[in-house]
Amino acid sequence: MAVTLTEAAAKHVRKSLDKRGKGVGLRLAVKTSGCSGLSYALEFADGPGDEDISFESQGLTLLIDSKSLPFLDGTELDFVKEGLNEGFKFNNPNSKAECGCGESFAV
Amino acid sequence: MALLQIAEPGQSAVPHQHRLAAGIDLGTTHSLIATVQSAQPRVLPDALGRVLLPSVVHYAAPRADADADADADADTAEVTVGAEAVALQPHDPLNTIASVKRLMGRGMADVLKAGAPPYLLVDAPGMVSVSTAAGVKSPIEVSADILRSLKARAEASLGGELTGVVITVPAYFDDAQRQATKDAARLAGLHVLRLLNEPTAAAIAYGLDQGAEGVFAVYDLGGGTFDISILRLSKGVFEVLATGGDSALGGDDFDRALALWLAEQARLDWAQLDAHAQQQRLMAARAAKEALSSQQAVTVHSTIVSRETFAQVTQPLIQRTLSATRRAVKDAKLELADIQGVVMVGGSTRMPVAREAVAKFFDKAPLTNLNPDEVVAIGAAMQADVLAGNASADGQWLLLDVCPLSLGLETMGGLVEKVIPRNATLPTSRAQDFTTFKDGQTAMTIHVVQGERETVNDCRSLARFQLRGIPPMVAGAARIRVTFQIDTDGLLSVSAQELSTGVHADIQVKPSYGLSDEQIAQMLTDSVGKAKVDMALRMLREAQIDARRLLDATEAALAEDGDALLSPVERQHIHDAINLVADRLETEADTDAVKSACNALNQVTTAFAARRMDASIRRALSGRTLDAIA
Repeated sequence: MAVTLTEAAAKHVRKSLDKRGKGVGLRLAVKTSGCSGLSYALEFADGPGDEDISFESQGLTLLIDSKSLPFLDGTELDFVKEGLNEGFKFNNPNSKAECGCGESFAV
Repeated sequence: MALLQIAEPGQSAVPHQHRLAAGIDLGTTHSLIATVQSAQPRVLPDALGRVLLPSVVHYAAPRADADADADADADTAEVTVGAEAVALQPHDPLNTIASVKRLMGRGMADVLKAGAPPYLLVDAPGMVSVSTAAGVKSPIEVSADILRSLKARAEASLGGELTGVVITVPAYFDDAQRQATKDAARLAGLHVLRLLNEPTAAAIAYGLDQGAEGVFAVYDLGGGTFDISILRLSKGVFEVLATGGDSALGGDDFDRALALWLAEQARLDWAQLDAHAQQQRLMAARAAKEALSSQQAVTVHSTIVSRETFAQVTQPLIQRTLSATRRAVKDAKLELADIQGVVMVGGSTRMPVAREAVAKFFDKAPLTNLNPDEVVAIGAAMQADVLAGNASADGQWLLLDVCPLSLGLETMGGLVEKVIPRNATLPTSRAQDFTTFKDGQTAMTIHVVQGERETVNDCRSLARFQLRGIPPMVAGAARIRVTFQIDTDGLLSVSAQELSTGVHADIQVKPSYGLSDEQIAQMLTDSVGKAKVDMALRMLREAQIDARRLLDATEAALAEDGDALLSPVERQHIHDAINLVADRLETEADTDAVKSACNALNQVTTAFAARRMDASIRRALSGRTLDAIA
């Protein structure tokens, strides 16, 4: 079981954490909402919770709660630029269908 | 495919519910747009990485195929905004509009007073407009084109439609100028969450609203304008205590001062140079000025310019900003030592001369660590993020703004009754009861004015409307409640209601455009300087109103009971006293003269009044037994 960051994503996360000035890493989660049933959440993490499983990737800590992990296992978090727009993208092998906007998905 | 941003813990947005909000600094020379992403505010660059959008718009004539549509239509006309428009300026100055912010909400006369810009101005009703190859453009339309360009940039960057924006305006902008800014946003298809004062936005960007309470100065030296604002922060409310500045002083003047000095060193007569050479020398001076912010000395046209030389050459300009600052501190009735912090805003505050002068003036280091070009837009973006509902739900951060000038209405004698005092926190609603002045008065004109002075003539007229259908009553018996309401953008609505019948009238203040920045600032300073004159005038008017009321009452009493209760001699005395009062009113005598005449009239009518009282008691009691009365 693993969740990883691409180099571009790691660079951006590190920059964001620096700017924010606090936080131990990044939290990835899956929530039950959105048009295809599940949606991703991406947050700064100030510390691990009881149910969290922690991963290291590119020298950064990723925290994922145990309920979300089955849906995220094998995911690679990437940071991409599309024209002027830039942001994070989940490359999730578990995802079978995405809604048009890509904000939610189904497994 | 939507791309995700990192959120603060616990604040991930539900899909399709993240609201894109942005802050816009709509400046005189440059405009920019910023947003909050991954809990960090950042300004949004265009495709070429440029953050600052020059506030310049070029209108080209509609192409030949659009000729059938004789009135140049906005859709067929070519509109160019920003750096590309600046490039067109030398070739087509008449159709390239810069510094349109100076025209917002102004009348023709105000604009000409400030020195005519090089376009064809048209005096449209309410606001001056510019005649271009693409037809007549109002400043609102030109501003809307700038806003549209920023909107397109933001939506391309953020990958979605903007839910709402916060646009900044100078603290001294009056209702007309604020309304014009809002109209421009609406025209550009933007939803304005709120207009925010520029100095307040800068203070937010520096996080002053989160920390200490106290008084702060915001020193804003831009490309073409200088503004100084004194703000007080208490309990999350920013009050603008005083504003000042110079609407014709900015970085351009520093370039010019240096260019003139360089020409002098090279024994060139500036006036003899052609426009092109002057322009080139100004550009070189500007480059030198910018280089001096990071270097100790530069060489221009084979002359060495050191920081010290530059400081000497521009000393008079810096001095002008400091005198304006001193005045603003004085207007706020404060001492320099009361200022807890100084925020530097505007690209020109990069100049070490400006920073050093301000640090020395206030005897404390100014806040300069944010990019001075971006600080206002960043503060606006932070405010927009909160207002759009993206920031923390615990709502610890609801910033309030204040009403910049008092609002009131005209009462008898041309006096102003203030209903909402200056610096009331917005939104606000205040009501006050008024009454009729004449017996049987059935209508009342509500004249809404803005300003600090005591007389209507010295304040700005905003709107007038009539309340009709007041039932006929004796003077002073009707109760008319006038309610003033200001929303969070500082826009006003006024309603009036007669309480016994419920008749009602109201107005949305669509301010009559046309008051200049200088006038606003003047109004503020005048109110302080002319306080004594104003109070004297107010006392005179009040004495005159009392005198007229006394005359009306005495004449009514004479008509009713004069024959029955007065001897011819007494009657003559009263008539003489009446004539004296009327005479002093007619000749505009001073307050004391009017008052003494009134006192005289009161004295000679005392006996008459007592007899009338006796008579009416007798009438009331006659024919009744003692038992019935007890």
